[in-house]
Amino acid sequence: MRLQLRYFASLRDAAGSESENVEHAGDAASLYALLAARHGFALPQSRVRLAVNGAFVPWSQALHEGDEVVFLPPVSGG
Amino acid sequence: MATLGARVSRFGLNAATIDVDALRRELEDPHCGAVVAFDGIVRDHHGGRAVSELRYEAYAAMAEREGQAIVDAALREFAVRRIIAEHRTGLLAIGEVAVHVGVAAAHRDAAFAACRFVIDQIKERVPIWKHEHYADGAAEWIHPD
Repeated sequence: MRLQLRYFASLRDAAGSESENVEHAGDAASLYALLAARHGFALPQSRVRLAVNGAFVPWSQALHEGDEVVFLPPVSGG
Repeated sequence: MATLGARVSRFGLNAATIDVDALRRELEDPHCGAVVAFDGIVRDHHGGRAVSELRYEAYAAMAEREGQAIVDAALREFAVRRIIAEHRTGLLAIGEVAVHVGVAAAHRDAAFAACRFVIDQIKERVPIWKHEHYADGAAEWIHPD
């Protein structure tokens, strides 16, 4: 399926891009592992939260064609 | 008793200066005897390093939705009538207001509790990230454990 990824903060710096489209058949965890290896993300998956289409979702949630997927590094607002 | 206005809960991102005085006026309500406000201010140090300025980046659509969900929840869960919160994005100098939470309620206990709830929840789950710029020229994303 085709997914739209957006990157923020340290993950954007590591990816060198604000967004990319990927083809991926597996779940979000396998996608993060693949991208972490490709882009050199320093954060382990355990420190990253998953957002799909602008809402927090558990890592177990299935992804669907056209989803906007964001791996959220630990937030630091306030 | 004066006619009461509607209860209000509002969260927004602000790319310019947060106008604390204007937001304070929006909390005025004849039923409210207590106003509690929290301002988070950019400080000049973090972890022993001298900070020169900050940049806040947001996943804007989600940050606005999460922030609004937080103030809506506070309005439901606490005996308060008005909650207005704003968070900055972009480049901020030392001393600027980074985040503002204002709460009006009939009595102070609920106003303090709701204000504390809102700022804690913002820090916990609104997708905004701080990029600290240090006096020595270095810069770092802050990703708390």
